[in-house]
Amino acid sequence: MRHLSLLRISVAVIASFYLVAIAAEFFAPYGFAVSDREHTNCPPTRIHVVDESGHWHLRPFVYRYVELPGELESYQEVRSQRYPLEFFIQGAKYKFANILSGRRHLFGVASPASIFIFGTDEYGRDQLSRFIYGARISLIVGTLAAAVALFIGLGVGALCGTFGGWVDVVIMRFTELFMALPWLYLLLAVRAILPLRTSASVSLLILLSVVALVGWAKPARLFRGVILSAQELDFVVAASVIGGGKWYVFRRHVLPQTGSLLLTQAALLIPQFVIAEVTLSFLGLGVGEPIPSWGSILAPLARYESLALHWWLVLPVCAVVPLFFSYHEVTSILQRDDIPPMM
Amino acid sequence: MGVSARTVSPRHVCATLGVCAISFAIFQISAPRSSQAALTSHEELLQTDSPVGHPGGRLVFALRSEPKTLNPVLAADTISRDVLSSMHADLIHINRVSLKTEPALAKSWKVSADGKIITIKLREGLRFSDGQPFDADDVVFSFRVYQDEKIHSPQRDLLTINGKPIAVERVDTYTVRFTLPDTYAAGERIFDSVAMLPRHKLEKSLADGTLAKQWALNAAPSDIAGLGPFRFRSYVPGQQIALERNPFYWKQDKSGVRLPYLSELDFLFVANEDAQLLRFESGDTDVLSPMSASSYAILKNSANSSPNVCLNDLGASLEFNFLDFNLNDVSSKNLPDVQRKQTWFGDVRFRKAVSSAIDRDALVRLVYGGRATPLWEHVTPADKAWINTSLPRPARSLDQARKILKDAGYSWDGDGNLKDPKGTPVSFTIAVSVSSQPRSKIATLVQQDLGDLGMNVQVVPLEFRALLDRVFNTFDYDAAVLALTSGDADPTSEMNIWLSSGATHVWHLNEASPATPWEAEIDRLMNQQMTTVAYKKRKALYDRVQEIEQQNLPFISLVSPNVLFAAKKNLGNVQPAIIEPYALAGVDQTYFYEKGANSCQ
Repeated sequence: MRHLSLLRISVAVIASFYLVAIAAEFFAPYGFAVSDREHTNCPPTRIHVVDESGHWHLRPFVYRYVELPGELESYQEVRSQRYPLEFFIQGAKYKFANILSGRRHLFGVASPASIFIFGTDEYGRDQLSRFIYGARISLIVGTLAAAVALFIGLGVGALCGTFGGWVDVVIMRFTELFMALPWLYLLLAVRAILPLRTSASVSLLILLSVVALVGWAKPARLFRGVILSAQELDFVVAASVIGGGKWYVFRRHVLPQTGSLLLTQAALLIPQFVIAEVTLSFLGLGVGEPIPSWGSILAPLARYESLALHWWLVLPVCAVVPLFFSYHEVTSILQRDDIPPMM
Repeated sequence: MGVSARTVSPRHVCATLGVCAISFAIFQISAPRSSQAALTSHEELLQTDSPVGHPGGRLVFALRSEPKTLNPVLAADTISRDVLSSMHADLIHINRVSLKTEPALAKSWKVSADGKIITIKLREGLRFSDGQPFDADDVVFSFRVYQDEKIHSPQRDLLTINGKPIAVERVDTYTVRFTLPDTYAAGERIFDSVAMLPRHKLEKSLADGTLAKQWALNAAPSDIAGLGPFRFRSYVPGQQIALERNPFYWKQDKSGVRLPYLSELDFLFVANEDAQLLRFESGDTDVLSPMSASSYAILKNSANSSPNVCLNDLGASLEFNFLDFNLNDVSSKNLPDVQRKQTWFGDVRFRKAVSSAIDRDALVRLVYGGRATPLWEHVTPADKAWINTSLPRPARSLDQARKILKDAGYSWDGDGNLKDPKGTPVSFTIAVSVSSQPRSKIATLVQQDLGDLGMNVQVVPLEFRALLDRVFNTFDYDAAVLALTSGDADPTSEMNIWLSSGATHVWHLNEASPATPWEAEIDRLMNQQMTTVAYKKRKALYDRVQEIEQQNLPFISLVSPNVLFAAKKNLGNVQPAIIEPYALAGVDQTYFYEKGANSCQ
């Protein structure tokens, strides 16, 4: 089955993104706040296999970049010395999850050369490293927010679906009201009244709850529908008739019916919420500088200058395409009828 | 002086808001325009010595926003003043290139020995843009308007010395005498940009109290008259303001041709900088000013593809960017956190360490692409006559900064975080206007520099008005990156910053009496220089002010951006200035080449 192998590939792509995000310290060649003022707005480092004299090298290498004399932010390679690309290189010290400390990075080059695969930003920070660290914020916020939203959605849906009547009417009208709120403007207003200084963890929490609070309404409606229809199923009715208690029937027969919806909703909501986080950070409502998120990395693209002079700032956009494409594939495959039931 | 978003001071903001409310004009019956033939009577025109150009052509200029008003009595914002500078004229003008005074509507003037009496001789036979004659009565009337308490003109402060107004009296049809209540050092410079008003148009509205409602944007062109090179033709809301040539303008070129050369001057409203750059690149506008360093870099980069553009770097401006620490009196009840941090900010050693840790050369290079000047005090190199060149300009030194902090009792923990003498980690926020890209970048670089010192600094981008509100009203901020721009290269234009009672005494507003001995000393020096006439004496006093400033660092001066602008190559006689109205300074002499393009001037 072709779509199953596609599903596997997609899941693998998604998993690798999460892996890189979680172990960002190891995968990123540099720290997210390390700014190299000699290499601001430096284009991506070229990786060579043929040297000046035409010799081939098995191990790829880079040259050191220096600013052209008298011309700011124009760089040239110093071809006199090669710096081979090294794996598991000793680099800057880091602390992983505040416990494990280490110095090894997946790849890098010996100083004084540097390797900027995605180029550097206006402060001379490595874009790739920032992209990798940024994945942490964006993916974690997106995923956790989706989990919270699904949890609230399921709870509200179950409440409405099971009790029905006026409970259902009141909660569902409230849900609709919630969906109609112009939340982006609301958020901008909320930011203005928050205190000037919020620590990174607080901003992260605010970001997470904001995205989740905005996003629970839609899944709640879907869950309500599924639960309502599940109660009409023959075997559920039979279970009640035999004498199964209300709670027992709900837990044993009704709730499992929402399984596949939960899965497709998760696959659908996570990328949506990641984009929500990116949007908020893009507008400056996310975690403050210098901590990167995909949104704050992309913020300079709003300026004409970036597009006119620094094309490499677009690279992070290209890099997230496979992730969203994979999520899209997973969702569309999960919605097919011909895949074997998993629950 | 004004705080910059480009340049608006809080007082100006208020004035601007006041003007916003006025949106209807009262029409009055205007005198019919005189025919051109009437001009043959004796006119004392001013002859310029710039190269002779060709008449005709339409110059298009982009503005960030719409002007708030066309009434020069009320205009407080930069945009309105830009437009009005082409529609009106002053008695004595500050030459925008030499920054010295020169005759304008005044043919000549005499200052008495004690500097208190200025007698001005007007040019004879001049006419307003509607053809009506201009004489001493119009001058007396204009000053009556500016000094009217009910009108709240922003110029009123300027024309009031030590709380007393300047007395203005007509001597004869073409002579006016100004009596200053006290000796005033800047003397005749106060007449610059004070537009002369047509008495025949406005006298009635002054009498019935409606003058502040006159000359709004929707006024009829026939209601407005001025002495500038252009006169109002039309206004299309949200799009543009069109001006046409004033046939009665009082300047002529060397060959005797009456200026201005251009037959039209149009202002398009283009809200953001990127859009302005695109309009300029596509040829919709002829001049791009003021221009940021990033626009300059983009245009320079595409210089080969757009050879018809002339880029200019005029060098340092009068704008200075600085890091302001909140030293205001705040109560422990409302703002306990700020008050706690003021034990650091209030210590001059802390401020000196901060100043020493900041890499100003990096700011110049990274924020402005090298098109700026590092500052160690607020006077920029553009102000050649007043800068104190003997002051030291130390390079960045983290060691020095650490030493100062150590001597002040600060220490560092194992991770290199700075702790104050009580053991509290040093951490504060720097607020910055989100709309100013350069200042946001300055704040981030300062954050990195202070991080090297172990300070935990957070940059908080705020909407410009929210920032102004915190800095000038609520005092709820730790530090901020701000900019101020001098309106004139003269210390008297900075009285509002330096006097402890001044409205722009940003670091500590509303001081009842000077909070520190050095602020008292600055008060004394500034007041003394204002009533001293001799330049040398004034310079010595102002040098001392700069010295005290550097020793006590009320704020930390960082960098002054260069004045940049771009113009099409087929424009002649473009005479850009480092102060308002920048690229429009010589617009009365600007012309289009008939054929080909000139090499950049």
